[in-house]
Amino acid sequence: MDKFIEYLESEFEKIQTESEVRKQAFEDFKSAGFPTTKHEEWKYTNLKNVFQNSFDSHAKSDLTAEEIRSQLAIYQAVEANILVFLNGNYLPELSKIVSADKDLHIQNLSQPNEISQKHFAKYAPAHEAFVALNTAFANGLLLKISKNTVLEKPIIFHFLNDSTQANPLLQVRNLIVLEKSSQATIIENFVSIGQNLSLSNLVSEIIVEENAQLDHYKLQNEGENAIHVGTTQIEIAQNGKASNTTISLGGKMIRNNLNMVLNGENCEAYMNGLYMPNGNTHIDNHTAVDHAKPNSYSNELYKGVLADKSTGVFNGKIFVRKDAQKTNAFQSNKNILLSENASVNTKPQLEIWANDVKCSHGCTIGALDEEPLFYLQSRGIPKEKARKMLLFAFVGDVLDRLKSDFVRNLVNDSIEKKLA
Amino acid sequence: MLKITNLQAKIGDKQILNGINLEIKAGEVHAIMGPNGSGKSTLASILAGREDYEITEGEVTFKGKDLLELAPEERAGEGVFLAFQYPVEIPGVSNTNFLRTAINEIRKYRGQEALDAVHFLKLMKEKVKLVEIDQALVQRSLNEGFSGGEKKRNEIFQMAMLEPSLAILDETDSGLDIDALRIVANGVNSLKNKENATIVVTHYQRLLDYIIPDFVHVLYKGRIVKSGGKELALELEEKGYDWLK
Repeated sequence: MDKFIEYLESEFEKIQTESEVRKQAFEDFKSAGFPTTKHEEWKYTNLKNVFQNSFDSHAKSDLTAEEIRSQLAIYQAVEANILVFLNGNYLPELSKIVSADKDLHIQNLSQPNEISQKHFAKYAPAHEAFVALNTAFANGLLLKISKNTVLEKPIIFHFLNDSTQANPLLQVRNLIVLEKSSQATIIENFVSIGQNLSLSNLVSEIIVEENAQLDHYKLQNEGENAIHVGTTQIEIAQNGKASNTTISLGGKMIRNNLNMVLNGENCEAYMNGLYMPNGNTHIDNHTAVDHAKPNSYSNELYKGVLADKSTGVFNGKIFVRKDAQKTNAFQSNKNILLSENASVNTKPQLEIWANDVKCSHGCTIGALDEEPLFYLQSRGIPKEKARKMLLFAFVGDVLDRLKSDFVRNLVNDSIEKKLA
Repeated sequence: MLKITNLQAKIGDKQILNGINLEIKAGEVHAIMGPNGSGKSTLASILAGREDYEITEGEVTFKGKDLLELAPEERAGEGVFLAFQYPVEIPGVSNTNFLRTAINEIRKYRGQEALDAVHFLKLMKEKVKLVEIDQALVQRSLNEGFSGGEKKRNEIFQMAMLEPSLAILDETDSGLDIDALRIVANGVNSLKNKENATIVVTHYQRLLDYIIPDFVHVLYKGRIVKSGGKELALELEEKGYDWLK
């Protein structure tokens, strides 16, 4: 691990930043150090082996523009703004922005701007090592959806990592601001090629201003050597509404931190998740919803289907601050283990300081029921097909919550392939 | 059509069937009656292929094939249908999608072409009428939130859709009010023909007022202790089972 930190230090020197925020962040990172399993929040996700490898911030890719464009064909069904990232770097020449600049403004995050001045590194927990490290190297975009704009065309981030030549290290940072009464759909799609390891450390900070509405999707379908640590930080102001749906189907090790802060009255937050690891994949979802003001609503549904020797973690925190009276918060986590060697650790964590609130939570872990399987078989449906039908039924209520038909079709196809 | 010879079965250490012999021909309706715990439902489940039981002796042939060798779905393909005593609720699987998959898998098993959407919907419309099932139920998730009677009616609806050659009704009448019972019985009767056979497993004689059996068998302690015509059911109703023990 020391070697890796030395590497990061030399890389940080190379970028020669003058930003005090970045410099401070790098100091914060060094004093925090990478978390070990002794850290309560990392109890079930062991990174030790990850840092025995070296990673390269400048990993090259041989992919031609043509090859990357052919990947983008999956988005043909929808007219969208497509932002292409290769090994953590934004590629404007392959990206496609169809919305007008007055509605959707996009620029490099490091370009001086009063919005980034105001919001950059203000929300995601700065004391966490991965967030601090990301802030130090932050490489990405600033997006602004203008006041009163209903952005009809979704924004798709196509994050491609190519580990054919090296072990890429990616530190993508995006800052997205939905101004007052605006509305947008944002899709982050993670894919990879190559047989080497890759390490993505990603932070998305999203500000949902008063009365704005966000539908955010994180789709993870990377190869079996991709390691992903990501933080999605969503700040919601009064009368604002946000949903995040995280669908994790592939990767080596995934740790998603999803933090939603309801910072005004009458906010709504929806957190939906589906994780379907197989092989030796490990998927860890840490979610936190923070009710800071009265009369807000949050609803969380995470479902897991775990096969082979895969492992899963679900940690769901609900905070209800003293001021946040009349909060309604619901949380549910359900898991099916398809093999005796698969396991999942699930932990709801409610911290409530207000006294007039409605909160509920529940979790289940079990095998696929035999009785419905027999029922379907007795009607002529072969066992494998019956299993597939039942698994689709199990994940169905998460898929039903997907508001974007385009995303639903994309996810359906991926699950079909996975269960085939 | 179906021949059961000296069938013995146990679950765990518990012996449940102690040598059943039964032969059923096309066009016949057989009622199997008996007190609780006599093995009626076990017999029905074994015929449909439930795996919880261990067959220790005997054989079952269906249309000349060794039925016990076949997976449940293959039995369905051959024409066996079990109307469950306790139909399971499957949220997230729509009745319609389920039935279409079932029909087409059975057709595939038989080497027939898949039924297209138009013909499937036509068939469904026809059978909905036959078993007087509420169209809204058919659109919902399989049995989810159905009342007991609605579940049983849905079993008969599935039977109508799949047109089995051997239908086994496992206590389909228990818990039904008289109107539901009449509808279920009408469904069964109108599906009956010279080519198919029905086994009615029941605890109560009442159902047999509506589905007239050709044969009645009394099961006790895992054996058929008496067989007769439909009048045997009336005798059982009057005298109970004690005189047979």
